[in-house]
Amino acid sequence: METREKTKRYPARRILPGFGLTMGITVSYLTLLVLIPLSAVFIRSSGMGWDAFWSAITSRQVVASYKVTFGISFLAAATNAVFGFLVAWVLTRYRFPGRRILDALVDLPFALPTAVAGIALTALYARTGWLGQFFYSLGIETAYSQVGIYIALTFIGLPFVVRTLQPVMEDLDAEVEEAAASLGAGRAKAFTQIILPALLPAMLTGFALAFARAIGEYGSVIFISGNIPLRTEITPLVIVKFLENYQYPQATAVAAVMLTASFALLFVINLLQRWAEKNS
Amino acid sequence: MASIVSRTRSFVPPKSFRTITESAPMRWTLTTIALGFLSLFLLMPLIAVFYEAFKKGVHLYLATFSDPYAIDAIRLTLTVTAISVPLNLLFGLAAAWAITKFTFRGKSLLVTVLDLPFAVSPVIAGLIFVLIFSTTHGWLAEPLKAWDLRIIFALPGIALATIFITLPFIARELIPVMQAQGRDEELAALTLGAGGWRTFFHVTLPNVKWGLFYGVILCNARAMGEFGAVAVVSGNIKGKTTTMPLYIETLYMEYQTVSAFSLATILSLLALATLLLKNFIEWRSAKSARH
Repeated sequence: METREKTKRYPARRILPGFGLTMGITVSYLTLLVLIPLSAVFIRSSGMGWDAFWSAITSRQVVASYKVTFGISFLAAATNAVFGFLVAWVLTRYRFPGRRILDALVDLPFALPTAVAGIALTALYARTGWLGQFFYSLGIETAYSQVGIYIALTFIGLPFVVRTLQPVMEDLDAEVEEAAASLGAGRAKAFTQIILPALLPAMLTGFALAFARAIGEYGSVIFISGNIPLRTEITPLVIVKFLENYQYPQATAVAAVMLTASFALLFVINLLQRWAEKNS
Repeated sequence: MASIVSRTRSFVPPKSFRTITESAPMRWTLTTIALGFLSLFLLMPLIAVFYEAFKKGVHLYLATFSDPYAIDAIRLTLTVTAISVPLNLLFGLAAAWAITKFTFRGKSLLVTVLDLPFAVSPVIAGLIFVLIFSTTHGWLAEPLKAWDLRIIFALPGIALATIFITLPFIARELIPVMQAQGRDEELAALTLGAGGWRTFFHVTLPNVKWGLFYGVILCNARAMGEFGAVAVVSGNIKGKTTTMPLYIETLYMEYQTVSAFSLATILSLLALATLLLKNFIEWRSAKSARH
């Protein structure tokens, strides 16, 4: 049995040529350009001593930036989870003119350079902007404030939720919904008892992806945020400021914290994706 | 992870005709809210770019492109793209071939490492190269000084940061396409006596050409538009290390709004062209899947 397994698997494994060459290129490229450079952050931080590291990552300015970054990223990702769900639902379930164009535009935040998004959002939401003048008249400062950061992070996170949900929504069995209806369940009940539980893993994955993207975002935020210390400074900007002042150890220490957070999120996202696949 | 957004979607045939849906008023309400949200967050920023660029007339719009610094920035961006996209193309082809045509241990780990640049903040993508190549604080400071080589605050650093940021795109687009193709056609070609390279150029490449094309265009658009990582390594020396996105920032900070947005229209058109191509490829594959 075991030998049969082996003879069966071996040809499929290496019969095509080029394994050594392509694997060699792939591994060296990734090692030189990704693994070694990323490890530099951890190696350099571990060399700076625990006290210096701790005081760097817990200084007042840095802690304030974590609160802004993680707090607003969470709110923006939650907004995207709700509105992204709605957008994905409307785009997959309903037919209306212009649907295909809007569907294509969902990727815009991913394709548009972040600096362009940043200045465009600032122009829109500044006091004199098309949308800003409306918000300002209501007493909401949309530019150079935390609201501005929230707007930018919602913009960049949207495609992640929509694109994660769309294939799962297309895949949902119509028969289950029909069965629920024929058994007398109202649409609202079918939605909360059948549709929502089936879509929950994908929705959480989309949320986590949007959140992960938001905590690292730089370009689209720094124009609209105004960068007021302790109030509207995001952590990536704090790292840049440290670098500009030649405070390399501090920049590296804070980067190590952010990298750890990103890796932890990557791990959570992998678990969520596995759960979503098992569920579908 | 983020490949959920970057890659072209494959066509899923509808399972069955849906007879159950929401009531008409409900459908209208939901559609209106969704359209409102999309217009507010997607359409308005896009319109704003072009409105701000042309607000003071075509004349001022065009004047931006005779600014020598803008021309330098465009030239530098094109140079950086011409270095990073071909390298990532070679890597993408090699990685997709290794990952899809063979079984080996640690494949999922390799794919995770391939995804890392997606997960990292662009600022950190710049910082890591500063930590290695800075002539004052880098690991290689001494040899770089001895050889009088500049990487940070110069073209090589900008290229490295751009390569890092755009590294996954071509590989990530190719892997699902090559996976779907399987290896039967290549095996047939080899059985018929074709060599490895011949099989690759005449069998594999034609099968994945659209995916490859989109991967290259996306990589190109991202390379030209990268801001955070490049901002950290470039030093933003006007006329020397200022790329297009960095020059847009400079102009904007100097209150030259029309010029900033004029330059931004170029990158926006590039983004729109990328979206258009993506949808064309998806439409094409859906059409062939239906037949």
